[in-house]
Amino acid sequence: MKETKLILSGADIFFECLKREGVEVIFGYPGGAVLKIYEKLYDIDWLNHVLVRHEQGAAHMAEGYAKATGKVGVVLVTSGPGATNTVTGIADAYMDSVPIVVFTGQVPSHLIGNDAFQEADIVGITRPITKHNFLVRDVKELASTIKKAFFIASTGRPGPVVVDIPKDVVLAECEFEYPEEVFIRGYKPTFKGHHNQIKKAAELIQDAKKPLLYVGGGVIMSGGSKELELLAKENNLPVAMTLQGLGAFPGTDTLSLGMLGMHGTYWANQAINNCDLLVSLGARFDDRVTGKTDTFATKAYKIHVDIDPTCIDKNVVVDLPIVGDVKHVIAELVTEITKKPQIDKWWEQINQWRAECPLSYEKDDGKLRTEYIIEKLSEKTNGNAIIVSDVGQHQMWIAQYYKYNHPRSNLTSGGLGTMGFSVPASIGAAFGMKDRPVISISGDGGFQMNIQELITAKAYNVPVKFIIINNSFLGMVRQWQELFHKEKYSFTDLSKGNPDFVKVGEAFGIESYSAESPAEVDDLLNKILIVNDRPVLAEFRVEKEDLVFPMVPSGKSISEMLIKRLNPNRMV
Amino acid sequence: MKHTITVLVENKFGAFDRVATMFSGKGFNIHSISIGETEISEISRMTIVTEGDDKIMDQVVKQLNRLIDTLKVVDLTGINHIKRELALITVNYQKGSMEEIKNISDIFRGKIVDINNKTMMLEITGPPEKIDAAVNVLAPFGIKEMARSGSVALRRGEQIKALKKEYITN
Ligand SMILES: Cc1ncc(C[n+]2csc(CCOP(=O)(O)OP(=O)(O)O)c2C)c(N)n1
Repeated sequence: MKETKLILSGADIFFECLKREGVEVIFGYPGGAVLKIYEKLYDIDWLNHVLVRHEQGAAHMAEGYAKATGKVGVVLVTSGPGATNTVTGIADAYMDSVPIVVFTGQVPSHLIGNDAFQEADIVGITRPITKHNFLVRDVKELASTIKKAFFIASTGRPGPVVVDIPKDVVLAECEFEYPEEVFIRGYKPTFKGHHNQIKKAAELIQDAKKPLLYVGGGVIMSGGSKELELLAKENNLPVAMTLQGLGAFPGTDTLSLGMLGMHGTYWANQAINNCDLLVSLGARFDDRVTGKTDTFATKAYKIHVDIDPTCIDKNVVVDLPIVGDVKHVIAELVTEITKKPQIDKWWEQINQWRAECPLSYEKDDGKLRTEYIIEKLSEKTNGNAIIVSDVGQHQMWIAQYYKYNHPRSNLTSGGLGTMGFSVPASIGAAFGMKDRPVISISGDGGFQMNIQELITAKAYNVPVKFIIINNSFLGMVRQWQELFHKEKYSFTDLSKGNPDFVKVGEAFGIESYSAESPAEVDDLLNKILIVNDRPVLAEFRVEKEDLVFPMVPSGKSISEMLIKRLNPNRMV
Repeated sequence: MKHTITVLVENKFGAFDRVATMFSGKGFNIHSISIGETEISEISRMTIVTEGDDKIMDQVVKQLNRLIDTLKVVDLTGINHIKRELALITVNYQKGSMEEIKNISDIFRGKIVDINNKTMMLEITGPPEKIDAAVNVLAPFGIKEMARSGSVALRRGEQIKALKKEYITN
């Protein structure tokens, strides 16, 4: 059915397009170049606009929303500083393949290049950190550009797209027609894997003696968790996950080996070192996983399933590449495998490693440790919460101790490692996911990097539980200083500068609590977990000089894993 | 090893930048890069001469393909092709050396396209190695200025597959 054609302004077209894309919430901040858009927005009731307090926050909120829901996150900001403030969030989304579309206002077309007030070449600036970006040069191209932006962001390997809209384009008018289909002749995301390759992979799995599934975020993004469960459970296959892969497979299942890589479990890394068949599903052989690449899984025949051909053979050369949507490939693998591999011996070996060197921490000295808090949290929420971690030691402890039960539950900045991610990303997630608790966990350092978004949480009464793991240090950096930099704790001690976090929370109008002993943890967690109509904050003052173990030192082979403090002066 | 890669890209704002940004961002070498129209007005052809081992070349081709505005990427290594470069070379001359330079130009099938009482400008086309050779023999006379176009290359006729229709309609 053809609609009757309408003459609309760029601003109206903008909203019509969002409506047709099914957008329900956008994260934004107004300014000169987008004033007309905000003027229209004033009278729009079908769209929820969330006013952030810093545009970086908007970008991370869009990421949090997208990671939690699988839908495209949308940002609207003004030109110049508004646009440049989103850059970290865009880079973060690029590294972690998060589908967001960032609309930036731009100075009027005739002023572009003139160093006009609040002009920044955001298309140039974001070129290397976007999947694609557009400068809309004519209002007639606006609708088709927006359609393309959503399509590119959400298909294939997802990623951020920037759409830069000059002020005059917003004001100009044209006939509105929303294209029903997208046609981009240079962009054909590969969807289905090559059948013969998949068949071959199935045969290899059947015959393997020591197979291992190495699962990355791609499985979650493609919505392939159910298929993965089938594949693993029907064939009794061990599953090791990357940081972004956590949640793809239930952490409590005995087939789960937990996380692999730099701070992965001993047994997952041993399994990598000793497997004879490594099946990588939607993972990219990142250096935090592989360590020294020429010692990585040397005994294994390597199968690599990924939707992005550039990931294949980039870091580690593989034997059998399968380019395609991971969900579809896994589903096909499940049907192709006709015989369960015989791997009881392999499981015996893995369980022996598991017993030899379990994840552990000191429990009897009365000190409060992050591991304990996370373990408790995991129990209390049955692994059903959405955990939005920041970057640092606490992030790794969460990865080790929180047993995720669902995909899209572990929201973290893995690729870029952006401190300040958690507070805004958790707010974005909570706008998308209302039926599960959203818990933001930051270190005292990262918490202060987007602390201004607490007011956004309060203003909309977003029911995020903000947890601060306060060790009075930039903990992860301190850890490297202790282990690899002669114990020179250069500018990592925050104890003198840290604010009173309870007072900070209260100043933002958020009820806030603090605890400093293991005995208080239960109560405080209960207290914050029952609140579901507004934000709450809990600070945990933890042991200051804890280290995350196990650890594979950067650039070392994963067989050179450190299990505990080596320095005799500081032995735990 | 050097590779010549031809890339069809959308003749659009930013398409060239995207390719250049990708090369610098990934740390790939560019020896030369040239861009110009093709038989289809909305499509440009880039010829990129780059260098690296097989692993790097694999990535170069994949990363080029990944860009939304690239339509077709072909590494010409191992494919029968013609490659040409154009050079404009201004050399100093004296009375005695004029004939000699003219001879050199003839040997390289060049043309003298400009002359004044101190310098003359030669135009030479050919495979890049031929230009290198010409530059070498001209160097002793004193090269004042030189501009090289970078290579352009095409596969030989029988291997050409016509562009897919979808590239032509818009
Ligand atoms: C924006 C940014 N700046 C710097 C870093 C480097 N960095 C990585 S971890 C870390 C320390 C984080 O400290 P904190 O937030 O207190 O968390 P903890 O490690 O103590 O759990 C730093 C500074 C980073 N990842 N991101």
